[in-house]
Amino acid sequence: MSPSRWLAVIASLAILAVGVAACGSSDNSGSSSELSGQIAGAGSSAQEAAQEAWIANFESDNPDVTISYDPVGSGGGREQFIAGGTAYGGSDAALEEDEGELQGAIDRCKPGKLIEIPDYISPIAVIYNLPSVESLQLDPDTLARIFNQEITSWDDKAIAADNPGVELPDTRITPVNRSDESGTTENFVDYLASVAPDAWTYEVSGDWPVKGGEAAQGTSGVVEAVSAGDGAIGYADESQAGELGVAKIKVGSEYVKPSAEAAAKILEESPEAKALSKSPYMFPFELDRETEATGTYPIVLTSYLMACTQYGSAEEASLVKAYLEYAISPEGQEAAAENAGSAPLSDSLREKLEPAVEAIEAGS
Amino acid sequence: MAGPLAGQILAAASGGRRRWGDRVFSNLAVAAGVTILALLAGVALFLLVESLPAVSADPDRLPGGKSLVDYIAPLVFGTVLAATIAVVIAVPLAVAAALFISHIAPRRLVLALGYMVDLLAAVPSIVYGLWGIFVLGPAAVGVMEWLEADLGFIPFFEGPASATGRTMLVASLVLAVMILPIVSAVAREVFSQTPRKLQEGALALGATRWEMIRMTVLPFGKSSIISGAMLGLGRALGETMAVTIILSVSGVVTFNLISQANPSTIAANIALDFPESSGLAVNTLIASGLVLFAITLVTNLGARAIISRQNIQ
Repeated sequence: MSPSRWLAVIASLAILAVGVAACGSSDNSGSSSELSGQIAGAGSSAQEAAQEAWIANFESDNPDVTISYDPVGSGGGREQFIAGGTAYGGSDAALEEDEGELQGAIDRCKPGKLIEIPDYISPIAVIYNLPSVESLQLDPDTLARIFNQEITSWDDKAIAADNPGVELPDTRITPVNRSDESGTTENFVDYLASVAPDAWTYEVSGDWPVKGGEAAQGTSGVVEAVSAGDGAIGYADESQAGELGVAKIKVGSEYVKPSAEAAAKILEESPEAKALSKSPYMFPFELDRETEATGTYPIVLTSYLMACTQYGSAEEASLVKAYLEYAISPEGQEAAAENAGSAPLSDSLREKLEPAVEAIEAGS
Repeated sequence: MAGPLAGQILAAASGGRRRWGDRVFSNLAVAAGVTILALLAGVALFLLVESLPAVSADPDRLPGGKSLVDYIAPLVFGTVLAATIAVVIAVPLAVAAALFISHIAPRRLVLALGYMVDLLAAVPSIVYGLWGIFVLGPAAVGVMEWLEADLGFIPFFEGPASATGRTMLVASLVLAVMILPIVSAVAREVFSQTPRKLQEGALALGATRWEMIRMTVLPFGKSSIISGAMLGLGRALGETMAVTIILSVSGVVTFNLISQANPSTIAANIALDFPESSGLAVNTLIASGLVLFAITLVTNLGARAIISRQNIQ
């Protein structure tokens, strides 16, 4: 190498060194908050967009804090949380007894207590691709029979009965489901199984149970498949529906369109699942899908945060506490609604959840 | 026994002892070889150990609630079906492309064409997947409707044709495009080494260009076509991302290639279900991975056997 090349290499190394030093020194630069350190969480991919918004806002308020959230999926999130690999976890389903997950999570938090709070509620929309039909109304039984492939044509009598005065084409119905295991599927089939038990006799799980339907990967895959297929119908997070038609679902005597308010209302109507609550800080809900309350949209996905009241270090505990406080605060829920299209927690529910987060023993 | 002899000659040339550089090189080479074997054995061991719980578990607790064989069999069917169709489509195309490049194309085009075919291999599989759902799938809907209407008596095209185009036929076509470059590259390499005297002899005896290719190039390159096809088959069997994105899977076993209900493949099924799995479900997925490992191993061993028999002849 010529001397001038060497000079260039040395110069760029020097610049790099200065840059690294600058990064390192940001630790002791004065900031308004006393929080510092890093915590990691993992779990539900449904929460990903919300977590991203929370992390971005939280880190800009607390510059010395690093929070990460790995959207590995609910199963992976529960596993990592129980194993102690993460400080907090996200899960699309409340912890359950089978496979020892509930007990495992309780043991992980000893001598502290386990915290489990809903932090993310998202309406699941029934989307359809039928350009000639602007508004579609479905009753739960018809919906279940479309998805179990009993009703195969759009001009079926059952659909016509829900949509008086609407001219339905004789297009073949292509029901689209998720091909990957997902919390969205689990909540959707849980709804079908509770409100239309005669038509929907399958076991509830995150795996789609009916064979022979169209299947696509992820929310984006379902939306893409429904957009591509004339006469297709599917289910996806309401925020992702885009230009597609969104069906109104019959609740009680009226047809309800998915909306943030209507989705948040279901948690107020639903009882807590006491059997799964093993500490005063756990709030697993048994969603009341059969509710007939006006203005309630029952097809929702509820996702939970898992955390402990005690951590190995005060620093970690105060970080988790502050982060969870922000996540369920009105500002945090608003940020999630903007970024992820979720339904903000209602004030009354938040008041119930706050003591759980307060219980984290920080900074002693 | 050329090895020891060459060694002796080298040793003699260097004054009766092996040179330092030789020792370092041979040790490095042995270490590299052993590492590869150890890695392979490690992967096999991991698959075996992790799939044991699924094998010994009560069938009721497995995903799907049936036995492990019932869970994996449709996946094996889908995997083999998709890969086989891909190979059947890709091999004739790849051989034709290789012949064109090695024997027919004008000299100026040869280099550019060779690069283009090789470039197909540089496209990431997820890009092929996206191309499959956004372009090829929708474009194939009309063709599949035609197949259903006019060739519906063949079980492959029984229908009803999918409205979205995310079918086994489209997935296999994408796989075929993905394995085309490797099959073509292997074949091309050997075709261009066909002895000149054979080719010129055939032409001198009055053979046309096609007869010359049929009588000299193809027999000479036969083992390379087979090994290329097997390499392609191996890649198609294990291809994950493109199939995961494109195929509309629903766990059925069917030869119907154009409907919305298709069997899944082992690799795609693992990719789709692993993120939300825990406990025994993970062991079950790993057990299916072990089966895929065995299938690809047998495929490759078969290819080796065929090629070595060819070479002896």
